[in-house]
Amino acid sequence: MIYMTRRATFSASHYYWNPAWTAEKNEQVFGRCANRNGHGHNYTLEVTVAGEPDPVTGFVVNLTWLKDIIERDVLVAWDHRHLNLEVPEFAVKESAAIIPTTENLAIAAWKRLEPSVTAAGRARLSRVRIYETPEIFAEYRGEP
Amino acid sequence: MRACFGRRYTISASHRLHTDALTAEENRATYGKCNNPHGHGHNYVVEVVVAGAVNPETGMVVNMVALDEVVRGRVIERFDHANLNLDPLFVNRVPTTENLSRAVYVLLKDALPAGELERVRVEETENNFFECEDE
Repeated sequence: MIYMTRRATFSASHYYWNPAWTAEKNEQVFGRCANRNGHGHNYTLEVTVAGEPDPVTGFVVNLTWLKDIIERDVLVAWDHRHLNLEVPEFAVKESAAIIPTTENLAIAAWKRLEPSVTAAGRARLSRVRIYETPEIFAEYRGEP
Repeated sequence: MRACFGRRYTISASHRLHTDALTAEENRATYGKCNNPHGHGHNYVVEVVVAGAVNPETGMVVNMVALDEVVRGRVIERFDHANLNLDPLFVNRVPTTENLSRAVYVLLKDALPAGELERVRVEETENNFFECEDE
C-alpha cells in the first residue's frame, strides 16, 4: 500500500463562537478567537490517499486529478472566504453551529473529498490534515 | 467524530551518542561524529499528536492551553537547554532521537488523560525524524 499526499494552501477568516452560550462564556473559552470581527490564517491542507500503483502508469492516482478535486471540492468554497459567514457547514442553524476549529475543518474537508476519491475507484482517502499555523494542525481519518 | 490535534514545540539540547557496551573503536564506527567526546547539540522539534472525540460545544479535541502546560512542565522544562546524557532517563540508555521520542512519549502518556496521546514525533534536524506510538 502506498500513501500519497498532495498539499494545497488556502486563506480564510473565522471566529469561534457557540451561539448557545453567553458572550462571557464564549470569550472565556475561546479567548481572542471569539472576537466577532474575525481573524484569518494561511491554512495548509494535506490530502493523503492510499492505494497500489497502477502497473502501467506507476501512479496510485493522477496527481493533477487529485489537485483538481481539492480545488473543486474544497478550495473554491473555502479560499478567501469567511468560514462562519460563507461556508454552509459552519452556518448557524437553529441556534447551533459547527465551530470552524481546525478539528472541524479537517472533518469537513474529509466529507467534501471522500465521495470524489471513492467514486474514482483508484484509491481510498486515508487522511486529511489541516495546518492552521506551522505549529498547529488537526487530522481526520474517517473514524466515527 | 474522532480527530487528532497536533502541536509543535522546540527544544535545544546537547547529547553524545556513546555506549559503554562497545569499545571506543566500535563506538566511533557505530556513531561516527555523534560520538565526539564533548557532544553536540540540536534544535529538536517535538510534535505531539493527541486524539479524541471532537467536543460538539467547542469544536475542539483538547484545550490547547492545557496541552501546552503539560508539555512544558513534563518535557520542555526537563530537556530544553540541557545535556540529555545527564538526564536520569538516559543514564543507561543512549540519547538517540529514537530513545528521546520514546522518553517524551512515556512522560506525556503518564501526564495526559488516559487514551489521549496518539503519537510523538521528534525531528532532530530538518532531514530526520522519529516517531513513537503506543504498541
